[in-house]
Amino acid sequence: LAELLFWPALLLYGEAAVGYFGDARSAAGRAATWGVRLGWLVQTGLLAAQAAREDGFPWGTWAGSLNLFVWLVVGAYLFWGCRGAYRLLGLAVMPLAAVLLVVARAGGGMSVGARSHYSNLFLVLHVGFVLVAFAGLTLSAALSLLYLWQERRLKRRETTIFKRPAPSLATLDRLAARTAAWSLPPLTLGIAVGIVRLVHRGDSVDALVVATLVTWVAWCSYLVLRRVGWTGRRAAYVALAGFVLVIVVRLALPASHFA
Amino acid sequence: MTHLVLVGTSHHHAPVEVRERVALDRDQAAALAERLGEAVVLSTCNRTELYVAAEDGDAAEARAVAALADVEPALYRLRDQAAALHLFRVAAGLDSLVPGEGEILGQVRVAHEIGTPGFLLDRVFRQALHAGRKVRAQTAIGESPASVSSAAAALAEQVFGDLDGCRILLIGTGKVGEQAARNLRTRGAEIVLTANTKTSREDIVGELARADVVVSSTSSRELVLDAPTVERARKGRQLLFIDLAVPRDLDPAIHELDGCYLYDIDDLEAIVSETLAGRRGEAARAEAIVAAEAEKFREWHASLDVVPAIASLRARAEEIREAELRKADGVLGRLDETQRRAVESLTSQIVNKLLHLPTVRMKQAAVSADGVIYAEAVRHLFGLGEDER
Repeated sequence: LAELLFWPALLLYGEAAVGYFGDARSAAGRAATWGVRLGWLVQTGLLAAQAAREDGFPWGTWAGSLNLFVWLVVGAYLFWGCRGAYRLLGLAVMPLAAVLLVVARAGGGMSVGARSHYSNLFLVLHVGFVLVAFAGLTLSAALSLLYLWQERRLKRRETTIFKRPAPSLATLDRLAARTAAWSLPPLTLGIAVGIVRLVHRGDSVDALVVATLVTWVAWCSYLVLRRVGWTGRRAAYVALAGFVLVIVVRLALPASHFA
Repeated sequence: MTHLVLVGTSHHHAPVEVRERVALDRDQAAALAERLGEAVVLSTCNRTELYVAAEDGDAAEARAVAALADVEPALYRLRDQAAALHLFRVAAGLDSLVPGEGEILGQVRVAHEIGTPGFLLDRVFRQALHAGRKVRAQTAIGESPASVSSAAAALAEQVFGDLDGCRILLIGTGKVGEQAARNLRTRGAEIVLTANTKTSREDIVGELARADVVVSSTSSRELVLDAPTVERARKGRQLLFIDLAVPRDLDPAIHELDGCYLYDIDDLEAIVSETLAGRRGEAARAEAIVAAEAEKFREWHASLDVVPAIASLRARAEEIREAELRKADGVLGRLDETQRRAVESLTSQIVNKLLHLPTVRMKQAAVSADGVIYAEAVRHLFGLGEDER
């Protein structure tokens, strides 16, 4: 069933990614909004099917966790994305979601994985918290990207600035920071759970652990720098740098860690 | 049949010196509506229009023309569907000086409230308000700013979001600058300083540290603010500068500062020009919505031709049914209450089913302009109204 649900979910996410280029009132624009909503529901069904057939936490593998990550990102986006002013976020979030879903499937994230030697509680706390945090940070980065785009339009004095309405710079800046601030506690907890287990088992620190810690430091710095006046464009660049680290942690370094 | 009559003048037909002769305030409009009978008077700075409903359309039109006799050569006269379509276009902002302006919808609503509408005018005005709202919801015709001052306010919203508590530094007392500041104030912003020729430069620079929006419109031949001064004074805060002066008051280099956005009169006019072009593009979609609503009104209005015939037919059928039930009372009297109710229901259903198709067909015929013929045929076939003759 999970395999079967993958295609409609991908189709709907893909349709949304393209549809967001259209005007909000056009058929394509409305289809984009419904693509996100329905696609997310279908993926929810997909995850439920995985959970039903697995004996334990089904997203302990790298690809499986990527599947869950996509669901969390789109879910977080649903908070804002389906509102008129924030729909442009869809241009950043939905293509990413569609691509990552394909990557998750290519990595076997839709199939039954081998039984993890980790306990379910550990997986839920560690993988769950880290993924929730990464989903929030992804959204924060998308908001920052939208900030930079909107700021560029203002700087270029684009005459079409009111044709595609976006939230104000102040709103985007504030929301990006707030989203990051809400994401850091789960990231801290997820990392802490992982480190406690690492110490307890006497395992060595791998590249992914180091990169995750660097990511945590980067996003903490983002919030601290904002306190000392780094808001607006500079803060948006820091957030995007932090997001690059999230991508590295999610996609580039996971092999040894999940093995 | 009740006719809808429109007599009026607008900015398309008369210059302001003509329109002002028939401009009416709220009380005058209400009084005129009352004098005209079943009427609604719409009077704005761009138009004065009298909508009257009457059986005798010619007489109603003559009364309306007499009421606006001062400007008779500039009057237009429309009837029924054409009048309804005009009203729908007015409510949607399609007949306005600036296409899609939103104020007119409120003015139409007020006119309806203070008028003396009967069923026809009530229906057409409600439908006009519905058409206006629909156009605004389904098109972008009224979304973007259509004047330099509203463009300045909309840009401030793009930077700061909600302007409630936003602080404006107004430099100079030019008319355009004051309009822009007024537009900002209506959205919640407050003016912290209005600088004129007597205000010292130090005071202006001092206020930069508190202001969010600077609107400048002096007649100075030199720059009022340069980029280094702004950079020193603003303390890292975001600022929006609106320079409405010619020659310009503000150093163009201010726009290069991080977090500062400077728009001069040409930038704002370019935005407004683009906006108006967009509004004209959206107007085609809006016209289609309005035309569809006008067609609905036409169908409803045409169906009024056959409504009396349908009502008579149904009344006659009900009369026959009740008479036949009374005749059979001797037999039916032996039935218990439940059985009597079943017979009542059965006979009602037979009557309704028999009349359903003729009713639908008559309404359809009315829409295609054959309604009167059908209504006459039904009256003749069923002998409706013969008792009264």
